[in-house]
Amino acid sequence: MALYKNGAFVDDRWRALPEGEAAPVSGHAIFPFDWWREERGAFDGSNVPLGVRVEPGADLAEIAADIKRFSVIALVFPKFGDGRAFSLARLLRERYGYEGELRAVGEVLSDQIQLMQRCGFDAFEVTDAITEKALREGRIPGVAHFYQPSERKEVPVGSRPWTRAPG
Amino acid sequence: MYRYDEFDAAFVADRVAQFSDQVRRRLAGELTEDQFRPHRLMNGVYLQLHAYMLRIAVPYGTLAPRQMRKLAFIAREFDKGYGHFTTRQNLQFNWPALKDVPAILGHLAEVEMHAIQTSGNCIRNVTADHFAGAAADEIEDPRPYAEILRQWSSIHPEFTFLPRKFKLALTGAPRDRAAIQTHDIGYHVTRNAKGETGFVVYAGGGQGRTPMVAHKIREFVPVEELVAYTQAIVRVYNLDGRRDNKYKARIKILVHEMGLEKFKAAVEAEFAAMKPDELKLPQAEVERIRAYFAPPKLPPKPARSEALEARKAADGKFASFVEHNVTAHKTAGHGVVTISLKAIGAIPGDATAEQMEAVADLAETYGHDEIRVSHEQNLVLPHVALDDLPTVYDALAKHGLATANIGLISDIICCPGLDYCALATARSIPVAQRISEHFGEGARAKEIGAMKIKISGCINACGHHHVGHIGILGLERKGVETYQVTLGGSGDETCSIGDITGPGFSEQDIVGAIDTIVDTYVANRRDVSEDFLTAYRRLGMAPFKKALYERDTGADI
Repeated sequence: MALYKNGAFVDDRWRALPEGEAAPVSGHAIFPFDWWREERGAFDGSNVPLGVRVEPGADLAEIAADIKRFSVIALVFPKFGDGRAFSLARLLRERYGYEGELRAVGEVLSDQIQLMQRCGFDAFEVTDAITEKALREGRIPGVAHFYQPSERKEVPVGSRPWTRAPG
Repeated sequence: MYRYDEFDAAFVADRVAQFSDQVRRRLAGELTEDQFRPHRLMNGVYLQLHAYMLRIAVPYGTLAPRQMRKLAFIAREFDKGYGHFTTRQNLQFNWPALKDVPAILGHLAEVEMHAIQTSGNCIRNVTADHFAGAAADEIEDPRPYAEILRQWSSIHPEFTFLPRKFKLALTGAPRDRAAIQTHDIGYHVTRNAKGETGFVVYAGGGQGRTPMVAHKIREFVPVEELVAYTQAIVRVYNLDGRRDNKYKARIKILVHEMGLEKFKAAVEAEFAAMKPDELKLPQAEVERIRAYFAPPKLPPKPARSEALEARKAADGKFASFVEHNVTAHKTAGHGVVTISLKAIGAIPGDATAEQMEAVADLAETYGHDEIRVSHEQNLVLPHVALDDLPTVYDALAKHGLATANIGLISDIICCPGLDYCALATARSIPVAQRISEHFGEGARAKEIGAMKIKISGCINACGHHHVGHIGILGLERKGVETYQVTLGGSGDETCSIGDITGPGFSEQDIVGAIDTIVDTYVANRRDVSEDFLTAYRRLGMAPFKKALYERDTGADI
């Protein structure tokens, strides 16, 4: 598994915390959604870096009050064809004003990465060897003309309301 | 019609390059078939029984002659010389080789066409009334709005992996010719009390194995909120639609299981919480797009055409063509001409390269460069001067395109069925052909009057059998094809799902069963002005059931 962020593979300082395990004092643990809801009280007043892992189907409203508290939110793609995390990502960016790392985990494939970026993801846990190779070679398949506003920095093209080009 | 600017052209070129690379990676083994499938589908490529099938988008069914010529060229060069117009106003080629697909997409791009999102679990080609911009009963041409939705939904990053396919349809006239209530979202153009344009919103319609008529979820969405409201609906669906069972994954099941009121509340809550202005549709953009759809400047003409009347008086076949295939135009002295792709005994929706070129010629010479594809699998010349009809008719007749049967019993919608389709459980084309031959286009067909027969070769209902006045569903029982019949379905503004008559009929008996249904209708109707659907809604199933299943029981007594 390799973490791709800001155009490069980087060391991952974060650890996925198993259900039931206490978080390390130094933080940098990504809590399972339900485990976080049980443990949140332990972090009142603490400023250690925390993360949460959100499975598709989770109700973001249940952690609404904590969202800005997290440094990492990992959204799960159980299969690449399960597109719920695309909507969850946009909700986190648009509705909840989340500005921390938004990490795609699960089945992350090169052809989905541009879509993920446009929905607000900025970090990708890659397990697929071919995807990793493509990213190492700087290849992210996609298009360079978009018909919708997105969560990414893009530049408007012409006078049409939502035409965009990569920023 | 809409013309690409540099941005649109560059987008399609990007997409062709992207898909060519995906094909290359698939052939190199870098993508598994599982990983490749969604990309191939979202670019219109299906794996069928005998070969790949390429489905090309005809947005809201509008085609220019040069585009039709290109389709003819592709039919000749890469297929077997014909194409198949579908119930979603698209065109399918049944025999392309996968290696040729990138080249075909390149040819299409030259005439501002593509196959993007004609399949896959995404927002599909947006359809609209095939008489849009021409019909006398229209409030407003819905195509500018369809084009706006088409653009916005193209490679939408959030909505490319939905639970299942998602179909939008729009209509701009009180008479719904676009079957909007059988779509995931249907928009019906309306005006509010202040005279402002907006849309009545329907959601949750669909056919397939669980047919449902869409629910009205809002009385009025103003034009400026069209895209935002669409996003709200699709987002609720993307998050909450079922993904555990592909047969329960359409939005109709979500609406059904959530309950209408809860679903409406979820959409309204999402809509209310959206960033207020991001997707607000600027009036200037609506006007800019609308300009592309400006009606042609039709010369003023008297409502009555002497040339037309003279030919009608002299030629009964021509008179019949005018009666059945020509619809009132909003401009006096003009007509909307429907070209039947249902010649008696032919395969519904098929057109040869020569026929495509003949239609392109006519559109150029007599039709202000416009062609439409109808969801009923016919072609339309929307703007023809009545004075030109005799010439147009003669040219159509020369190419086997002058069958005078629009709206009659032989104007059958039919899916490709087991002759082509990997999903089919029975053949549908031969059944359509036999019914067509049985009733013909003569006196009997006229006596029967308005009748929509729709045939599907499997439960997925691509032939729209649920909303046929008479629907036929081909199934397989113990290795034998059997045909289930439904009555009283309708896809128009009075949308309803047909009722099953009872046990199915064998391939041999199905035409006889249709004959019995038709005879029962003719015998029981109030008079000739009461069409089949109206009569069925009055009479109910009983007389038809009796005629179909009890007719032989007297013999033994």
